[in-house]
Amino acid sequence: MIRNAEPGRPASTPSLRPPAPPYVRPMQGWWQRNPFFVRYMVREATAVAVAMYALVLTLGVVCLAAGEAAWNGWFDAMRTPWSIGLHAVLLVAMVVHAKSWFDIMPKTMPMIVVGGRRLSAEAITRGGWAATGLACALLFALAWWWRP
Amino acid sequence: MKRSNAPIFWLLFGAGGMLSALLGPMLVFITGIAVPLGWPLPGATMGYSRMLAFAQHPVGKAFLLAVIVLFAWHAAHRMFHSLHDLGLHNGTAAKLACYGSATAMSLVAAAGLIRIGF
Repeated sequence: MIRNAEPGRPASTPSLRPPAPPYVRPMQGWWQRNPFFVRYMVREATAVAVAMYALVLTLGVVCLAAGEAAWNGWFDAMRTPWSIGLHAVLLVAMVVHAKSWFDIMPKTMPMIVVGGRRLSAEAITRGGWAATGLACALLFALAWWWRP
Repeated sequence: MKRSNAPIFWLLFGAGGMLSALLGPMLVFITGIAVPLGWPLPGATMGYSRMLAFAQHPVGKAFLLAVIVLFAWHAAHRMFHSLHDLGLHNGTAAKLACYGSATAMSLVAAAGLIRIGF
């Protein structure tokens, strides 16, 4: 090794060898080292589910615009076990997203002062979950009322 | 000083994140599981003429457009910023891929909803 060839050389002597490359900590799989980072990556990964669902709906709109046969084709695809399995995964991801979205909301929103006291992080998070429960219940009630 | 365009992207991210946190689970359950399985909602809930009427109604049309556009932009923004965490350089190409696909989805959905009529 050239790097270790001249241990006794004074520091002031000009050296012809290139400087050693700086140490770079390997970052491969960094997020698997700490449960906090695993949760962070799971939270970020829910975006893939949100994108996939947006794509499913976009295809539905395109098929609806193309006529009855196309729409029935889309709906038949939605009834396959593959699609239902995929939507079960998407549902879990959406629930994780909803949970984590309100977990971090106290840090992303401006602080709210109620009666001279700052609204606690737990109150904001619980309020968000309650809002999700209410919105989902309302949406299901609407679909139930609208069903044929 | 040039004004940053970051607030626009962040606003779309935030709005989409909020909408998907509030309604995402139930929307996926209704359209992806309950109606396709026929339980607890009948399969005819999403029949052609009914969905056409839904998409032609101003409220239904606005709802579909809002869900698709905001979900797409929320996901694009989050995925773009996560690329760095996976060791990928989030440069112009990544930006174009993420925000470009959200733009494409928004335009395709809007065109479809216009084609469906009012």
